[in-house]
Amino acid sequence: MKLGIVVFPGSNCDRDVQTAARAAGYDADFIWHTDTSVDGFDCLALPGGFSYGDYLRTAAIARFSPVMEAVARYAALGRPVIGICNGFQVLLEVGLLPGAMLRNTSCKFVCKPQRVRVEVAPARTPFTLKLRPGQVITLPIAHGEGNYYVDSETLEELELGGQVVFRYCDESGELTAGSCPNGSLGNIAGICNKAGNVLGMMPHPERAAEDILGGADGRLLFDSVAQWVQGGGRIVR
Amino acid sequence: MSDELCMKEDRVWQTMGLSDEEYERIRDLLGRDPNYVELGMFSVMWSEHCSYKNTRAVLRGLPTQGPQVLQGPGENAGIVDVGDGLAVVFKIESHNHPSAVEPYQGAATGVGGIIRDIFTMGARPIASLDSLWLGDLSSPRARRLFSGIVAGISGYGNAVGIPTVGGQTVFHASYESNPLVNAMCVGVMRHEDIKRGAATGIGNSVMVIGSTTGRDGIHGATFASADLTDEAIERKSAVQVGDPFREKLLLEACLELVARGCVLGIQDMGAAGLTCSSCEMASRGGTGMIIDLDRVPRRETGMTPYEVMLSESQERMLLVPVPGREKEVREVLVKWGLEAVVVGEVTADGMVTLTEGGAVVAQVPAKALADDAPVYHRESSKPEYVERLAAFDTTGVPACTDPGGALLRLIGSPSVASKRWIWEQYDHQVGAGTVIGPGSDAAVVRLPGSRRGVALSTDCNSRYCYLNPRLGAAHAVAEGARNVACTGARPLAVTNCQNFGNPYKPEVFWQFREAIAGMSEACRALGTPVTGGNVSLANEDGETAIRPTPVIGMVGVMDDVELRVPMGFAAEGDIVMVLGATRDEIGASEYLAVVHGVEAGQVPALDLEAEGRLCRLLATAARDGLLRSAHDISEGGLAVALAECAIAGSIGATLRIGGDGGLAPDRFLFSESAARAVVTLEQSRLDEFLALAGGLSVPATTLGRVGGDRLCVELAGAVGTGTRAGAEAWRRLDVGVDALRAAYEEAIPCAMQG
Repeated sequence: MKLGIVVFPGSNCDRDVQTAARAAGYDADFIWHTDTSVDGFDCLALPGGFSYGDYLRTAAIARFSPVMEAVARYAALGRPVIGICNGFQVLLEVGLLPGAMLRNTSCKFVCKPQRVRVEVAPARTPFTLKLRPGQVITLPIAHGEGNYYVDSETLEELELGGQVVFRYCDESGELTAGSCPNGSLGNIAGICNKAGNVLGMMPHPERAAEDILGGADGRLLFDSVAQWVQGGGRIVR
Repeated sequence: MSDELCMKEDRVWQTMGLSDEEYERIRDLLGRDPNYVELGMFSVMWSEHCSYKNTRAVLRGLPTQGPQVLQGPGENAGIVDVGDGLAVVFKIESHNHPSAVEPYQGAATGVGGIIRDIFTMGARPIASLDSLWLGDLSSPRARRLFSGIVAGISGYGNAVGIPTVGGQTVFHASYESNPLVNAMCVGVMRHEDIKRGAATGIGNSVMVIGSTTGRDGIHGATFASADLTDEAIERKSAVQVGDPFREKLLLEACLELVARGCVLGIQDMGAAGLTCSSCEMASRGGTGMIIDLDRVPRRETGMTPYEVMLSESQERMLLVPVPGREKEVREVLVKWGLEAVVVGEVTADGMVTLTEGGAVVAQVPAKALADDAPVYHRESSKPEYVERLAAFDTTGVPACTDPGGALLRLIGSPSVASKRWIWEQYDHQVGAGTVIGPGSDAAVVRLPGSRRGVALSTDCNSRYCYLNPRLGAAHAVAEGARNVACTGARPLAVTNCQNFGNPYKPEVFWQFREAIAGMSEACRALGTPVTGGNVSLANEDGETAIRPTPVIGMVGVMDDVELRVPMGFAAEGDIVMVLGATRDEIGASEYLAVVHGVEAGQVPALDLEAEGRLCRLLATAARDGLLRSAHDISEGGLAVALAECAIAGSIGATLRIGGDGGLAPDRFLFSESAARAVVTLEQSRLDEFLALAGGLSVPATTLGRVGGDRLCVELAGAVGTGTRAGAEAWRRLDVGVDALRAAYEEAIPCAMQG
């Protein structure tokens, strides 16, 4: 199992994803944003950070990085791609996932542990094999622009197509307004593409991959994709 | 008439902050009149900010040596050995004046500057802390500065990807027009990777790397060394503009250069920009340097040599590469989207020589700029208020009539209350190393590739320092040591930021001198040498000065982060103990200030021996796994410490205090006697712990047990409130943990809503 971590200028969670992947027992190497090939990797991660300073608009410039064409081809083959935080924003900008990010309704950056409810069956994405629908997990969030927005038609498509993977919730799994940290439509914290192989999420699973960091729920995502790859890219029951 | 004559006619040096005597000294050093560029260079290098001319003589008294010290003061940052071949680099620096004028950029570039000081040494920054001092939040100006400063730290630190893990924030009217922003950064590297800011090897190239040079921040160092009058505030151009994206790129590029072995010497261009970096690198290397200003990459056209030399454009470095590696340096910088240009070379003549269009535009001995600033022995005299306020008699202070209400008021006062509103805006987790985050006594960050961790805190009680600067500064060191020890770490070394008013006022200089004496004494006693820091004077608006604020940044080390100790109560049934002796010491306390509206009295006594023993006890007990929680007792005394333990652990306690030693319960609850901590432990470990405490002669008193959802303290002993009902109220303090949390958490958000 080998994870490729795409590094844009300004990425700053690249090393954290590597640490978490290694803690989960697999190899993880960096892919520089000017590379044009992503061959040899079993999974790709677009990490958090402030690509190109997030000047103009989050991830607005990163989408033009040469590596993104290779990432799109990789995704089109049905292989697993995860975008975390700024990586999610890149996936939105490049069109691999629908929608856009607005500033948090508080107009402030927010960094804290956040409860998140799993919305899909384990087999829906390679990253959720070890999660179950309705499960409430705790993952850290750290963003200033995580207020997910999409037009109502697409939102309905996402909902009906089972593409909403995670929602912000309270400790009992309820989707209250108070439990949404940023104003996201439908408390959406993470979505996948129709095929399910591309996942974008604002919470940081790599920051919750060891108990010493305050929780290990994030490890479940890393273990899930490892199991998916070991099963030959199919769902292992 | 020549330029030089014009300058003399107008005494231009005075507008640059130089005195007539200093101008004469420059003439003597050069053996001629300086030209305009040279005068500008002297004026920034001889500003207090760069030269410490007013404070150097006093600072010589600080202890700077120790077996753990790999690099003491005089470099970009201090370095200590933490074992396993790892070195920890750390420094704190002020960005007070810029933050007063332009809070967002002022604070942001303060963070940027201190981060560069760390990676300049070859270390990867792993944590930042910020010590913030602001006016009372009832003032709209204080609120505006506060939110701007926090947003600036958040905007810069988060983007660079260095977790902001701790610090402190204090509100007091004396900081209304002079907020303090002291930023601390900590990095880690292997011993063999240490880089220094020296230009060595005659004929070696000198390169400017990073960002381009513009007109921002010209005379920033001079601006920072003068009083913050309305006129000074007009100098907005003296505030630099930060670009965290470029900083991140420069950080990665520099660490890549270090890893490739391309770096011989490197220095950040911070205060006084190219002037400071060139003369300091040459001076440290015992060399000179010639720089062709035409080759310095610019972002603006038509810049004069004066502007290029005095610009404080951010995210730039001066580099002396290993000979022959210039091309590789350029390739690395280009990969990261940055500039790298050879602008000159190291020379043997000891001169900083600047050319433009082939002609020499300035030529000054490097040592004259870097080391030959005058050293002043400022007049000092004890302010009249000191004796008067110390004479305040606390025995006449009646107990308030409601102990629970007093506790709620204390934990709901912004200086004591939760700082969550601040630190939730900071990314305190990036780096996946934060194992104790903000809101505790000290933050703990694990070191990559090691079981070890560093514990970090910033401390100062400026009320103590105002009332008794010597004792107050010693308290700041002691509290720092206690804070890191509470997490289970051994206090190792300190960095410091000395924030004071105008040093030309004898009363202010007395405060400064006393504070340094107290800090020296405490650092010696606790074995925590000073490895660097900075001095920020002239923190006054022309009328009122800030309270003396010597901020201590403490670094401790623990061998195994798995053995770290949290602050909050951990589990039902655990024994609650107070360590150390509680005396009748409500003078200068938070209780006296918040509940009785008095800021006076004797500052609590300090027994540095006892502090050292308490720190050893806490670190040893943590290593042996005896403690379930530990929390330092400081502002607000035992009562506030217990409330914070309950809030952090989301569990209450049933306790009994007083009755012994004749100390009345109000004193027991709110006295700020030093060398104390609240700890909890399992019943089964009690004997072992008591034996350890006894061996170190640390008093340990059992108060009761953890449990329930209320903080319930039975109070024994009489309290005089003047009324029967009042005396009755002092039988028991009983507050729900939820009520405590509400008061603690809502104070700052409420105040910020105006």
